[in-house]
Amino acid sequence: MMERDALWRESLARGGNCPHTFNPMQNSAHHSLEPLGEESDADGSRLVLSGQLTLAHIGPLETDLRRIDGPVRVVDLAGVEEIDTVGAYVVCRMARLHESDITGASPEAERLLAAVREIDTAGDTHPHRLPVWERVPTALGERVFGARGGIYGVVGFFGQVLVGAASLARHPSRFPFKALVHQMELVGVSALPIIGLMSFLIGIVIAQQGSVQLQQFGAEALTVNLVGRITLRELGVLMTAIMVAGRSGSAFAAQLGTMKLTEEIDAMRTIGISPIEVLVIPRIVAATFMMILLGFYASVLAIIGGAVVGQFALGINFVAFLLRIQEVVPTHDLWVGLIKAPVFGLIVAMSGCYNGLQVRSNSEEVGRRTTMSVVSAIFAVIVIDAFFAVFFTEIGWG
Amino acid sequence: MKMNTDTRDEGPAIVVEGLVNRFGDFAVHDGLDLTVRRGEILGVVGGSGTGKSVLMRSIIGLQQPDAGRITVLGRNLCGEGAETDLVVRERWGVLFQGGALFSTLSVGENVEVPIKQFYPDLDPAFRAEIARYKVMLTGLPEDAVQKYPSELSGGMKKRAGLARALALDPELLFLDEPTAGLDPIGAAKFDRLTRELQETLGLTVFLITHDLDTLYEICDRVAVIADKTIIAVGTIPELVATGHPWIEEYFNGPRGRSAHDAHLRGEAVNAAANGAEIGA
Repeated sequence: MMERDALWRESLARGGNCPHTFNPMQNSAHHSLEPLGEESDADGSRLVLSGQLTLAHIGPLETDLRRIDGPVRVVDLAGVEEIDTVGAYVVCRMARLHESDITGASPEAERLLAAVREIDTAGDTHPHRLPVWERVPTALGERVFGARGGIYGVVGFFGQVLVGAASLARHPSRFPFKALVHQMELVGVSALPIIGLMSFLIGIVIAQQGSVQLQQFGAEALTVNLVGRITLRELGVLMTAIMVAGRSGSAFAAQLGTMKLTEEIDAMRTIGISPIEVLVIPRIVAATFMMILLGFYASVLAIIGGAVVGQFALGINFVAFLLRIQEVVPTHDLWVGLIKAPVFGLIVAMSGCYNGLQVRSNSEEVGRRTTMSVVSAIFAVIVIDAFFAVFFTEIGWG
Repeated sequence: MKMNTDTRDEGPAIVVEGLVNRFGDFAVHDGLDLTVRRGEILGVVGGSGTGKSVLMRSIIGLQQPDAGRITVLGRNLCGEGAETDLVVRERWGVLFQGGALFSTLSVGENVEVPIKQFYPDLDPAFRAEIARYKVMLTGLPEDAVQKYPSELSGGMKKRAGLARALALDPELLFLDEPTAGLDPIGAAKFDRLTRELQETLGLTVFLITHDLDTLYEICDRVAVIADKTIIAVGTIPELVATGHPWIEEYFNGPRGRSAHDAHLRGEAVNAAANGAEIGA
């Protein structure tokens, strides 16, 4: 408000015309209560309003008017210089509350008052707010039920994908190969630089930090075992899954969510195209297949990162490091990684597509669902990874 | 719209002089002139792609023209000596084609946005009350106040958008195809609402439309955009009298004729009703 007043004063000084006023002294709305004269035998008073009954100036007056409780028989508008719909609304509300008459209104004010009178805003639209001890359990209960609905939704979506896949298997000519190749490029090929760099650096960190600890036992040579086994079994695939969830899972959710909002998906359905077959299955297949390649690629880059540390910090020759990997890492470590990778890819793609298709109503939901797709994908990947770790150890692939 | 005892300038509401808008090599407007008088409803018509919306966007400052001068409510907004502080924004309201409601806010909160922007000191409860009143002023039911735009039909969205445009009691109202996508009954109601509000609030209305019924029923004057400029402004009989081929086709085509006939029928019914009253 201060800023705007300054603006008006400045424009007054320049001689320009201001939106509301020419004289800052008149820049307000006033009221006064006067006793009714001899002409009336009823007790009560006359409310005299003056000045500018406009949105810009009515704030303080409105607060004062709320405090008047005595019977007001007459509202006098003769001194009003300017009135707008908000002013007319306040006058009408006052008159309705006290059942008083309005006098002294100019023709323009009368017109506004007539328009306002037709509208009955007496009803209270503020929703009733529950007390906190009811609100918190209610919110909690709604969440629990929402989670149940979410599980139904995910299972249902998985079913839809299976049905779609079966239908494509029966009609292979319908399979969207072009979309699949395009998604493979987006998920796989364009992720190569960032996943390569990430894995290379992780390899360096593991080798360097591992060697510092192993040195205390005089076992730096075991750094090779550490790097080889941990990247092939766990980190290569896990970090790649997290990266793909952030890069591609979120993109799936945002794309499908936006398509949902713009009714593209509804349009497909009306033409008889299944959005599951055309949009979801190519993405899931691309992410599942590319995760295998990306996971292996990430492990290789991490081992190279370890070998670089070996060459420069540990005095192990680069080629010797790689040959030693072959000796100390059992083949089943590679299989552990390669079996987990497609499962993680499936989870990430399913989470992205499912959340994208859940978008309803507005743009805020697209953002919320995109976030949710990444968070739930990473969480699910880590949970499944824990099960895999126990499982593979139990079957003797320790 | 305010009833004024002071001597406010009574010049035209909008003056556009020599407007030029180019997109790359393609000129949409080339030396366009237009004057909108105070208190009138001016309809703007023209074929698709002739730059009706671009003209509106230029006037309200969303599109920087390549040349020309635009004066709105006595304030020079564009061209030499243009003012940079847009105090005038408070004095106009804009209804975009799809309503352009903020999708994450309820209808009531949408209407509160401009009030909060210009009068942050106002008591929030009173602000909500004003918003509710404005929503009902546009003929929406009371429970619409708490609904979100996604829960509204197309016609209700337009009304809600109009309520937001009217939030600050503007003097000047811009409507971009207000009846597009409405059913004929809804469109007729919206036309009547526009006229009623214009009369009660003393608004000046700048209205872009394709709806011939709207032109016949509520527009005081009509401006025709073609050949990168305004080729004619006037009442519909005046426009038809110019004999320009496009105007001829527009108003004398099958749709133009039926709208005209409907308008005449409406007038005849009114005249008959008046006659009956006099007779009684």
